[in-house]
This record gives sequence, C-alpha cells and structure tokens, in this order.
Amino acid sequence: MTFSRNEGETENLSVLGREMSARASKKNAYSQEFLEKIFRTAFKIRTFETEGIKLYRQGLIRGYFHPYLGQEGIATGVCAALKEGDYIASTHRGHGHCIAWGADVNKMVAELLQKDTGYCRGYGGSMHIADISVGNLGANGIVGAGTPLGVGAALAAQVRGSDAVTVTFTTDGASNNGTFLESLNLAAIWNLNFILVIENNQYAVSTRIEESTRETDLYKRGTAIGVESHQVDGNDPLAVYEMTLKAAETCRAGKGPVLIEAKTFRHMGHHVNDPGKYMPEDKLAYYMARDPVDRARASLREMADVDDATIAAIEAEIAEEFEKAVEFSKQSGEVTAEEFRAFAATY
Amino acid sequence: MAEREIMYRDALREALDEEMAANQEVFIIGEGIAERGGSYKVTEGLLAKYGPGRVRDTPIAEAGMIGVGVGAAIAGARPVVEILYVDFAMLGMDMIVNQAAKFRLMTGGDGRVPFVMRTQGGTGGGVAAQHSQSLEALFYHIPGLRVVMPSTPADAKGLLKYALRQQDPVMFLEHKHLYMTKGPVPDGEHVIEFGVGDIKRAGTDVTVIAWSNMLPRTLKAAEELEAQGISVEVIDPRTLVPLDREMILKSVLKTRRVVIVQEANRRGGVASDIASIIQEEAFYDLDAPVEIVAGLDIPVPFNLALEAASVPQQEDVVAAVRRSLHLNAISKAAE
Ligand SMILES: Cc1ncc(C[n+]2csc(CCOP(=O)(O)OP(=O)(O)O)c2C)c(N)n1
Ligand SMILES: [Mg+2]
Repeated sequence: MTFSRNEGETENLSVLGREMSARASKKNAYSQEFLEKIFRTAFKIRTFETEGIKLYRQGLIRGYFHPYLGQEGIATGVCAALKEGDYIASTHRGHGHCIAWGADVNKMVAELLQKDTGYCRGYGGSMHIADISVGNLGANGIVGAGTPLGVGAALAAQVRGSDAVTVTFTTDGASNNGTFLESLNLAAIWNLNFILVIENNQYAVSTRIEESTRETDLYKRGTAIGVESHQVDGNDPLAVYEMTLKAAETCRAGKGPVLIEAKTFRHMGHHVNDPGKYMPEDKLAYYMARDPVDRARASLREMADVDDATIAAIEAEIAEEFEKAVEFSKQSGEVTAEEFRAFAATY
Repeated sequence: MAEREIMYRDALREALDEEMAANQEVFIIGEGIAERGGSYKVTEGLLAKYGPGRVRDTPIAEAGMIGVGVGAAIAGARPVVEILYVDFAMLGMDMIVNQAAKFRLMTGGDGRVPFVMRTQGGTGGGVAAQHSQSLEALFYHIPGLRVVMPSTPADAKGLLKYALRQQDPVMFLEHKHLYMTKGPVPDGEHVIEFGVGDIKRAGTDVTVIAWSNMLPRTLKAAEELEAQGISVEVIDPRTLVPLDREMILKSVLKTRRVVIVQEANRRGGVASDIASIIQEEAFYDLDAPVEIVAGLDIPVPFNLALEAASVPQQEDVVAAVRRSLHLNAISKAAE
C-alpha cells in the first residue's frame, strides 16, 4: 500500500468526524481558560515523553517505555470531555492518558525510576501506572486487555445506578484481538456508558495496519455490531474533544456505547529503542505537519489571542515541573527487600 | 564431530532452517517474525529463504494464532507458532488445553497434533509483572503437552529439531536472558530426543537439578562451591514432560542429597513434583531433605532489586547446597 491512498487521511473522515473538525476550528468557540488547559495538557505530555526518553538514555529508567509522542491530541481531547467520577482504562502506551487524567507528575516519574513514592511504589513501572482512587484503571502490558476491563467498569457503574462514563483507550493492534469483539458486544447489548477510543496510529510495532486487516477504517467494526461509531482527526485535540463530548452525551442519554476511531501516527518507533526506520518518511512528515501540540498551541494563540511570551511562560513552567519531579524522584527511596518479602507473605 | 560456538538464538534459527528445508510442511507464524525477523532475531532471514507462504506475520491475535496452529497440525502440517512472551500465551489457553492436549485421547489415539509453540519467559531487566513470568507448571500440569526448556544453544537446536519431527503438541519455552548466550553446537545433524536429561557437570556430594536460565546460575554456584571443597552434580532435565526420572534417580542414589532450582514461583511448581517423585522412589537413600529453591509466590515486580529478590540467585543455590550438607544451620526454619 502506498502513501497516496492515505493522502489527506485526517481530512477524509467519517461525516461526523469532518463536522467535529470544522466545529473545532471556529474562532470564539472556546474560552481562553479552556484553550490554555488543552495546551497545557498536550505540552505536559510532550515534555514528559521527551524528557523521559532522556532519562531512559541515561540509564535511569529500565524496562519498557512506549512514548506517546504524536498522539497527545487524543488523550488531551478525550479527558477534557469527561467528568469527575468517570473512568479511563489505558494501554502499554499510557503515559499520556495518565497525564491528561490529571496525574501527579512527581508520582509518575518516581514510578518510572522504581521509587517507593511512585504511583505503584516501583512495583508496576511504565506499563502499569494506575490510580483507582480517581478512576484510572491503569495502563496495561497485555494488548487488548483494557477493553473488557473498561466495559467492566461501565457495567459496575450501571449496576450501581451511576451515570459515570468509562473510556477505554485502545489501539489498532488490539482491534484484531478477540477481546475487542467480545467486550464491545457486551457493552452494546447492555447499553453501557462506554466509549471505546481506538488510537489508530496505523502500526503495531513494525507491522503496517494494511497487513493486519483488510478494512483499515476501524470504526466500521463498531457499526457492524450496532454500535454508534465515528472517526475523528486524532491530531486535532479540539476535534477529539468535541467528538468525545458528544459520545459522552449519547452514553448519558442511555444510548451507549460509542466507538471513536482517532487517526494518528507515532513520531518515532514503537518504544525508546526502536528507531522506527520502517515508518515512511512522507507519511511521517504529513503527521508532523499536523502535530497535535503545535495545533493546541496555535489554537491558544489564534483563537484566544494569547501572545508568544505568555505561551513561553507556560512552557517554562511545565518544564520546571518536570525537573522538580526528577529531583523529587531521585531523592526518594525504594521499597526494601524485607518489605517486599513481607508483602509476598500476603500472597 | 566438529563444534562451533554460536548463540542460542542462532541455534534456534538453524533448527528452524534445517527442518523447513527438509520438510515442506513446516511453517512459522507470529508477530513481527517475517520482515522484522522476530523480537529476538530467531527467524531473521527465513522470510527471504522460504517466502511469505511459510513465514507469516500475524495481527495481535494470540487465541487465533494458537488456534489455527493447532488446527493446521491436526490437518497434518507442522506449524511453529511464535508467541512473543509466554504471558501472552494465556490468551490462547483454550486452544492449548482443551483442543491440542485433548485431541489424541478424544480420537481414541489416532488423531495427532504435531504443533509447536515457541515462546519465552522469565525475568529480565525490569519488564514487570506481565512480561516476566515462568509458567511451565501450567503446561506441565496438562496431560497431552510436551514441555521443553532448553538452557544451552546445543540443547535449543537439538530439541527444536526433535520437536518438529514428533507427533504431540510441544510448549517450547525459551528464556529471554539466554538468546544472546553462546555455546558449542555440533556441526551437521544434531537432534536431541525428548525425555533425555543431561549431566551438565559431574559431581559427588550433592545433586542440583535446574533448567532454563537457572542452569547457568547453578553452574556458577557449583564453581563457587567447588572452591569450598564441595562437589556438585548439575542435572538439566531439558524436557520437563517427558521427564528423565532415571537420570535424576541415578544421580540421587550417588549423592544422596538433592537441591531443585526453579525460577518459577514455588507454589504448585514443577520442582515440588520432582521432589515428590524423589521422595517416593528414594526416600531411604536420602541423607537430607530435598531442598527447593524457587521464586517467591508473588507477581514479579518492576523494581530491579525486587525483581532480583523475587527469583533464585546464585547465593540462594549455594546456601541450599550447604544446607543439604548440614553446613549451615540445621534446618531452613532455624535459619
Ligand atoms: C496480547 C499481547 N500480544 C503482544 C504484545 C506485544 N506487543 C506490545 S505492544 C505491541 C504492538 C501494539 O500495537 P498497537 O496495539 O497498534 O498499539 P501501539 O503500540 O501502536 O500504540 C505488541 C505486539 C502484548 N503486549 N500483548
Ligand atoms: Mg498501533
């Protein structure tokens, strides 16, 4: 498959997706405060990943590290449309979802550095950050596992009589896994408040999506089993926000679940040590030119007339927050072997 | 016969290559195994040699991959399904446990399932709870499955070649730490039958049974103990099913003391089963209780120091051997 088929792919979306892109580009549609929040979130994720990669290269982070670079618009837009009391479930590429959900950067960095002060006390690491106290069911090392877990949270909410919505962030890769159909179908027959967001970055490690499915428009999978399904430009945080807002409304009106396919692309390889040489340069350039963080910045500048100096100050503040988190983590201790053995005794 | 020093992953590739050349029915499916050559480079070059019909990439669909592998095997082909991590094989357990393992009996003995699942397990480098497990006991428990856990390049090659010539479903469990280890591998045809253990080091005072990545660790412990004047015999069963009971019992009768080392957590593990076989067959010939050195009964943590604390280390093997010689405190409880 050559690039030509995908030319203009983020403009060539399902009907509602194009509508959302249009709505998201209207001047005066959003408050300055809101646009600043969107930019802050996207930029914070960008900072976390670029700086985190540096820590990895210094040998301070071990194990897996799957950067969310290039996909920031999705977590940012989705989480901005949700409410307190809602749930999210994430993937192996989960840092962005945590940050957009409002996670404490100190505790995230500390987790990556295996420290006692991390979200999982250093037991979990990058692929397992969770915070159930705020409805974050967590990242996951098993591709596809977040979908049934998210549907489960939506089921719990329904049984409890709550109108909470659950979003599972999933992937193009996971959409070929049996868990996808089994759990989305359960959500459908029970009208659960469930939104499945497929982050279609068009690769599973080095395997192109065209090699793993005949129908690369993944939203059609939902349509086939009676689930309202749409496509959105995943590199446009505001369009993602609009789409999710609408999906959440649909759910809270008792008409869920909803499937959203967000088209996007990674900025680099699958994980820190993957140079990603297999990613076609022209396609990468196409998505780089539609960088979600740049777009969030441009929205703030152009829709709310915020000047460059103010934006630079926001960026500096976020960079400093990360530096402080690294300091905090370096000064933190690790769980001791004795404590670990005592924990093991409870198993 | 001449020998060369090659890596474990290269030895595995040689086995696949030779068997694919010899038998048109052998084919491989897995995630990123074709163009990319697999995460551990085991299948590198095979796509170019055997083409996309026999070296196929799959979507992320473990239940499906394992299932179609079992189906193809029932239909007489010789599929090799590569599962990136043994942890992910859990998605395909119905096909392994209810289909592959049962088919022969359910067909009155006629139906055979020459299916090979290659995968890898074990701890290594902070890949955390869902990518670090040693799950051999799950497969060991299921009648109908062969369980193979090679520790050296030569064993990896010889056993994989045998796996591709026999008739039953094989769980071929490699270890993520072993792929880059080097060892001598004989030139030319090299096949190792299942159920034949190997004495990796001869000794007279204590028998230590270990497999997979615990084997190199145990050999180091044996060296350390030799310096203390203790002679350790190290036995690698190489296949857990079938198990070379004869070799184990022969060694036990000679040394009268046994330590079993497994990376998997202890509860319900293979080591416990081997210990029960030994006490049943050789209770009156033992001079000390059978020692088991195993992982802690808890998921593997991300933190590297805790990861190390969760599985047996060289010093744990040394301590167990010394205990069995009554050189430490009298009993484990007294320690
Ligand atoms: C069940 C399972 N199979 C395989 C893997 C190994 N693996 C981790 S990430 C990945 C690729 C994932 O691609 P995709 O699902 O599209 O997510 P992306 O990495 O593109 O975000 C694979 C194969 C896994 N973690 N879990
Ligand atoms: Mg993908």
